[in-house]
Amino acid sequence: MEAPIHPMLIVAGVLGGVMLVAPGLIWLERRLLALWQDRYGPNRAGPFGVLVVLADTLKLFFKEDWTPPFADKKVFIVAPAIVVITALLGFVVIPFAPGFIVSDLNIGILFFLATSSMGAYSIILGGWASNNKYALLGAMRGAAQMISYEVFMGLSMMGVVLLTGSFSLQTIVNAQQDLWFVVPQFVGFVTFLIAGIAETHRLPFDIPESESEIIAGFHSEYSGMKFGMFFVGEYIGIILISSITVCLYFGGWLGPAFLPPVVWFILKTFVFIILFILLRASLPRPRYDQLMDFGWKILLPVTIINLMITAAIVLFNENSP
Amino acid sequence: MFSFTMDKIFNPMEQLRLKFGEGVFTEQPAKDGIPTCWLPLDRLRAVFTYLKSEISRPYPLLYDITAIDERSRSKNNGYPSSQFTIVYHLFSFERNSFLRLKASLKGDYPTVPSITSLWANASWYEREVYDMFGIRFEGHPNLRRILMPLTWEGHPLRKEHPARATEMGPFRLYDEKQDREQSALQFKPEDWGMERQSQDSDFMFLNIGPQHPGTHGVLRLILQLDGEDIVDLVPDIGFHHRGAEKMAERQSWHTYIPYTDRIDYLGGVNNNLAYLLAVEKLAGIQVPARAQMIRIMMCEFFRIASHLVWYGTFSQDVGQLSPVFYMFTDREKIFDVVEAVCGGRMHPNWFRIGGVAQDLPKGWETLVKKFLDYFPKKLREYDKLVMANSLFKARTVGIGIFTLDEAIEWGATGANLRACGLEWDFRKKQPYSGYEQFDFEVPIAMNGDCYDRALVRVAEMRQSLRIIEQCLKNMPEGAYKADHPLTTPPIKKHTMKDIETLITHFLNVSWGPVIPPGEAMSCIEATKGANSYYAISDGNTSPYRVRVRTPSFAHMQMIPYISRGYTVADLLSILGAMDYVLADIDR
Repeated sequence: MEAPIHPMLIVAGVLGGVMLVAPGLIWLERRLLALWQDRYGPNRAGPFGVLVVLADTLKLFFKEDWTPPFADKKVFIVAPAIVVITALLGFVVIPFAPGFIVSDLNIGILFFLATSSMGAYSIILGGWASNNKYALLGAMRGAAQMISYEVFMGLSMMGVVLLTGSFSLQTIVNAQQDLWFVVPQFVGFVTFLIAGIAETHRLPFDIPESESEIIAGFHSEYSGMKFGMFFVGEYIGIILISSITVCLYFGGWLGPAFLPPVVWFILKTFVFIILFILLRASLPRPRYDQLMDFGWKILLPVTIINLMITAAIVLFNENSP
Repeated sequence: MFSFTMDKIFNPMEQLRLKFGEGVFTEQPAKDGIPTCWLPLDRLRAVFTYLKSEISRPYPLLYDITAIDERSRSKNNGYPSSQFTIVYHLFSFERNSFLRLKASLKGDYPTVPSITSLWANASWYEREVYDMFGIRFEGHPNLRRILMPLTWEGHPLRKEHPARATEMGPFRLYDEKQDREQSALQFKPEDWGMERQSQDSDFMFLNIGPQHPGTHGVLRLILQLDGEDIVDLVPDIGFHHRGAEKMAERQSWHTYIPYTDRIDYLGGVNNNLAYLLAVEKLAGIQVPARAQMIRIMMCEFFRIASHLVWYGTFSQDVGQLSPVFYMFTDREKIFDVVEAVCGGRMHPNWFRIGGVAQDLPKGWETLVKKFLDYFPKKLREYDKLVMANSLFKARTVGIGIFTLDEAIEWGATGANLRACGLEWDFRKKQPYSGYEQFDFEVPIAMNGDCYDRALVRVAEMRQSLRIIEQCLKNMPEGAYKADHPLTTPPIKKHTMKDIETLITHFLNVSWGPVIPPGEAMSCIEATKGANSYYAISDGNTSPYRVRVRTPSFAHMQMIPYISRGYTVADLLSILGAMDYVLADIDR
């Protein structure tokens, strides 16, 4: 069912929606953290303090846009743009509702993986260009973490791909009419989610910027709107990972008919966004080498076994009439 | 008869005399009952070697080294020293007793043989004495200033050094001076005998602090890193130095009390207590039972408050964001009690010479009871939230291990010592202020890693609750301050009836009490470990010298030794588990 919406409208809708929601998450996160930490959070500006978003954004715009004299200037400026652009590109393949998709690429998942891998560049380049030891440590950690978690992020999604025989997210969502893939692919879901948290480097995987150790990690030297880009990029990343999780494992826009599909999609996505924030409120941070160990020694074998079992079942079902 | 001979055999003076001969040592009586003797400088190393390892029931802990500038003594006290005295405090766990050794130093800038080869922790103490008095230590591997800036002129604790900024002329920071100061702060690895590269890699020198979210205060650490592994590190302290010891020499015995609050600013009245125990020993004041119990109750409240700050920030150091908020909320409930009783919060300045400032307020029982009912439940919650968390364990178990021998060698006390399996708590072993009446346990742990240090502190909070509960049930009636002429503020009862009392009262209020000459050291189990005030009176309205021995100083000195080989992330666990306060290190 192809909805007759002009593609440029969809592009504008997605871009506008994401760019509106991402800063809004600042407010949501601060309020939710406050709720779980027995405090008030921002509650002054506007109803429930939502206008704090506006204040924050204005503040970032008016801050001096400072580039340290010792930094590699060009790279220093490009790095924060990369994180926003790559994260936004990922939304191209997300089906928000039937037909409400920027481009239903037949290699949707691969495209998502490609763009999210590009995100690693922003950390590496930003950390490197800052010419600061803390930023360098953060960048090294970030590079190692993102590259290793990407490996089984891809592998964990392949279970779903095997079940549907397609890389297109729209096809995948449509294949979940009877049963959400979280049931047959539970292991895949768990590993994907963990990899997704690592990919967005949120607590407990915020090792590239672990503030109690290396101050702010790779973005220590950034201020003003360049810092704001990293900040917004992180939130866009959270929305992206949450949306992909919903598409792959929780039936995307599918839901009882009393609500329109887009609303279902948004509701489900927000559940995961809130889960991200809850994780931040509750868990300590593992050490960098512990994270690597966990990735390579536990998650990678688990995803491979999951993939092999899924493949075996798919083969068995195909061969038996 | 038997016990008499035993006493004689294990009397340190007798033992020293037997070993080194008659007439080598001069005994000196001290108000605190600590065996004190003067020894000749040329036998110093031999005596310390003997005391550390050869003597039966040795003194393995070098508790403190300090010095006294004797040049402006008003009275000739008959001591063999007229210029400088160096004072060593040793402690023996087997004897459960201190030993004070002094040596008389001649000359304006005298030299003393260093004992860094005997005790690892002598290094910082000797550096501090050098920094403060200009006394040099022969054989010290790196004798440089420790608390004052490297560019400082003069040695602050010498009597001729001005005690107030107004005595030093206006402060000016011209460009050349700023450049000089800044270049003095630059770290040169060669100064510390560090290599810039190994055979196969260049080391990175990472400057952490003085402003850094993980150092809990103005502490600077310079790490020598190979990748993320710590090869070595150098703590740079002194950014929080406020000259507390020098200030004592200008304050009256009474007006120094608020300064003590700020030494370990999380420990509150514990600091008051450590200082006042020394003063009361000098003045010979017996504190009444009610005052003692009020003191204990407030001390234990502050112990819990201090441990809560540590608990929250420690879990934050390993990345857990929420516990610190819960724990500060609980700490606020403690401050409700503290505020009702003392009026103040972090710096209550509540104890007085001879007792406390006021009696407990009406209804204090309800407040205390409320907290006692509230807190155990929260502690159980935190056990699940923090101590049982597997990620928390992964970050702390097996990290920053030191053994009991290492702990003693470096002068670790308090929970850090107890986490190595030694059940040593000065509240139990040398009860002060009436702790002997209380029924509580001394929690210990065996592994000496970061997790065990945390375990001990968490268990201690429960024991503190027990002590507070017993205070609540058994608070005696009676005076809250001793009936003694030297107490502050002085007793006013008869002032309007006879002129002599009025005059004494007037003098004691305006000048402050005159504490009889002598010297005494207190030792309490403060929130972070053993805290001592070594007060020396010249028979004047202000102390002649006050030495503050703080636990955090020793613990910080240990950090490089236990951090080598771990990663930057582990260093944060180690720092967090040590539980230090920068004000307690720098004084």
